[in-house]
Amino acid sequence: MTDTAMSYPAGKEAGQAVRKKTSLLEVDALTRRRNAAESRFKIYGIVAILIGLFFLVALLYAIFSNGLTAFNQTFVSVPVTLEKSAVEQAEASIVKTSRYNAMIDQALVAELGRAGISTDMKPADLRKILSSGAAAQVRSFVLANPGRIGETVTFELLASSRVDGYLKGRVTREALVNDKNLDAAHLDLVDQMADKGVVEKRFNMDFITGSDASDSRPEQAGIGVSMIGSLYMMLVVLFLSLPIGVAASIYLEEFAPKNRFTDLIEVNISNLAAVPSIVFGILGLAAFIQFAHLPQSAPIVGGLVLTLMTLPTIIISTRASLKAVPPSIRDAALGVGASKMQSVFHHVLPLAAPGILTGTIIGLAQALGETAPLLLIGMVGFIASNYPGSLASGFLDPNSAMPAQIYEWAKRADPAFYERAWGGIIVLLLFLMTMNIVAIILRRRFERRW
Amino acid sequence: MSLPLIVLVILALAAAGFVLGRGRAMASAGGDIRLLHSLPGYYGWNVALAAMIPAFLALVLWLAIQPVVINGQVSSMISQASIDQSSLDLVMSDVRRVAEGLDTAVAAGALTSEQAGSIRTEFTDVRDRLGQVGVALGSDVTSETLHAAQRYRELSGLGDLGRAIVVLGLAVLGAAWAWQRSNKDFRARNSVERVVRWILIAAASIAVLTTVGIALSLIFNTVEFFRLYPAADFFFGLTWSPSFGGGSELGIVPLIWATLYISLIALAVSVPVGLFAAIYLSEYATPAVRAVAKPLLEVLAGIPTIVYGLFALLTVGPLLVDVFGNGGLLGVNWMAGGTAVMTAGLVMGIMLIPFVSSLSDDIINAVPQAMRDGSLGLGATHSETVKQVILPAALPGIVGAILLAASRAIGETMIVVLGAGAAAKLSLNPFEAMTTVTAKIVSQLTGDADFASPEALVAFSLGMTLFVVTLGLNIFALYIVRKYREQYE
Repeated sequence: MTDTAMSYPAGKEAGQAVRKKTSLLEVDALTRRRNAAESRFKIYGIVAILIGLFFLVALLYAIFSNGLTAFNQTFVSVPVTLEKSAVEQAEASIVKTSRYNAMIDQALVAELGRAGISTDMKPADLRKILSSGAAAQVRSFVLANPGRIGETVTFELLASSRVDGYLKGRVTREALVNDKNLDAAHLDLVDQMADKGVVEKRFNMDFITGSDASDSRPEQAGIGVSMIGSLYMMLVVLFLSLPIGVAASIYLEEFAPKNRFTDLIEVNISNLAAVPSIVFGILGLAAFIQFAHLPQSAPIVGGLVLTLMTLPTIIISTRASLKAVPPSIRDAALGVGASKMQSVFHHVLPLAAPGILTGTIIGLAQALGETAPLLLIGMVGFIASNYPGSLASGFLDPNSAMPAQIYEWAKRADPAFYERAWGGIIVLLLFLMTMNIVAIILRRRFERRW
Repeated sequence: MSLPLIVLVILALAAAGFVLGRGRAMASAGGDIRLLHSLPGYYGWNVALAAMIPAFLALVLWLAIQPVVINGQVSSMISQASIDQSSLDLVMSDVRRVAEGLDTAVAAGALTSEQAGSIRTEFTDVRDRLGQVGVALGSDVTSETLHAAQRYRELSGLGDLGRAIVVLGLAVLGAAWAWQRSNKDFRARNSVERVVRWILIAAASIAVLTTVGIALSLIFNTVEFFRLYPAADFFFGLTWSPSFGGGSELGIVPLIWATLYISLIALAVSVPVGLFAAIYLSEYATPAVRAVAKPLLEVLAGIPTIVYGLFALLTVGPLLVDVFGNGGLLGVNWMAGGTAVMTAGLVMGIMLIPFVSSLSDDIINAVPQAMRDGSLGLGATHSETVKQVILPAALPGIVGAILLAASRAIGETMIVVLGAGAAAKLSLNPFEAMTTVTAKIVSQLTGDADFASPEALVAFSLGMTLFVVTLGLNIFALYIVRKYREQYE
């Protein structure tokens, strides 16, 4: 094909070696090396991406394999006879739950007998299978339904976290050797009870709607109350950062003259976007709690801190979408006699609205997952156990937030709480995913390209 | 008058003003809209804004000033003896609590308001009386505290009344003034737009205010800390052992060391992976691969840091112990517990991969196509082009990106709080637990410590150090990136 190839037969003996070096058909050593380097380089890139994706998969696997079990909980169904005299006695005594415990003991022994499981364990010992909150569960039922006193009601009592952990494979018999909360003998019983259907694992709505529980009752802990705390915080963030962010962006993008003051604002916004979140927590602690005496641990303080943190994000994205509106729109508005202010508020802003909304949702999602500043303003270290009674107390009463609650669980000693923490993360990620998907849909659906 | 009520009344006044102002302007034009200077709504808004803005400003000012004034008045009533016994802050919080208790008692009808103003500790057991209406007090009320509390109530009552009168007065006056100016020749639109413009400027200034707030809150408390603890010991001390009983050693060096060590490991993970991923995605990947891989990598950036923290504490830590710990896969005993510099660094590295890759991606894409074409035209392979042309051209930008990633790593909190450990240590072993600046800020401020003690105040100086370092890194990085960008534009 080429000259070298055609002249090959002619100079057969003489310059073979020399000509071979320059052959285009055979790849020489240097080219081979260069090509090898090329494919090596390409492989490095692929490996890097695969490493990144591997980490993503590992992270998601860790979250779901550890967290999904939190949505299932072990329940023991026990028919308890609510005798009138026993209930009255219990309500009259000082430690009310101990009487209810006695009733539960009786019912538990009877239920075991009915199921044909024999045990020589003492009833009080037997009760360790149940959550220590079982008596309170019975009592609150009695208080809520006084009409059913005297009947036999089948309760779905929570099993203790150790039993729950055993059925989920977290707790082993060896681990219980030094455990004062449960013995291996209990587990034998649980196995039999599970066979008879007395002990059952099923979906646990209380994890999603319930409140946090004390250190000794991980089986009762739920993320509902802190979800409400997060909701109130997000309301504060939304109602402050959206108007302020939009107003600031409009000024900077549409009106600001080029001077020292505007430069100062620009530099500040870009720097605030990169300030570590914990510094905002320090600001919140010093400014809102120490100086302004706002209540500690209150969602309103959390909301204010997160507002300051999200503002730069919202301002940056809002400015981008204002910038994307072509100048011809403004010129047309001005041309038919609108004032500068009217052209912005009547024409530019509505056209930029989808972009602004998308940016706001993404900013909110960021704020929803933020933890560090919340630690400093005291949204951890206590048990968020009550739903706020009114709108005002929702903003002002101490509450937790979802990420703070997850951190709280991660810090506790009992491994049963770790499962709750992973479960909480699944709930949190579901929220974040929903918000991001809504943002993407909004962008796809409404954003105009000029 | 309570605060929400005042706000509602102001809003109602503004709404009324809107209707009246609009009506007056229309009337002055004889109902002919063409004779008006501005659209009728602007006249309404002009009056409404005149009612709201001075009133709300006064309200905010009043809310800020009243507690300070009352505290000053009341605290002068507290004798030196009781200040010496505990502290002024504690006595004053007692006073506030008793005053609130009296308010609750009056609201519940247990006391009449005259009784609340006149009861004496000598004749009544105040603690018991307040206990009956559900206000629990920690200790018996001294007559001095009760006096102060009564004075406090009196002054707050007076203040609240004054607040209502001044604020509502301003609202009415403002509305009346603007209403009276509303006629067909008044330039209402210009007036409203001027006000709106100032509102926009105020919103934009919040960014500056935030920075000022951060600086002030850090500086004041840092100065306070250095008054109690020598600055030289803080910056050069090699031991960190706070004890709330006193006699703490608060040297920042071990914290800085661990922070830098963890950040270094994080960068060692994220920079090669992120950079190669960015190169592959921008230079080699087909559009289809890019469309899938890029968003997937960016999912890592959207995951909250608490998730990474938990991942470090519960998954990566135990995994590393299985490999490097006692009886582990490698048979070395380097790692005692799951929390370690390596754990935190590794997980932080994962977190930073998308950060490095998307920044580098932008920078590599900004290198002009002509440079690639030139290099390829001269016979260089694709990888040679990347290594010898694109990377050198993009280097300043990439350095900037790495600096930004470093600043993120230094300021990251949740991963180190959960994954790095709690004991401060100066050690070279990356498998040992150490603690960082951010983790100590959290631990010093979330305890029950008194905010006036050096052990709590040190957190503010740590925060100051962190703020200055990250700010410096950011400014430097942005400077480098910007300088580089100018070359091609």
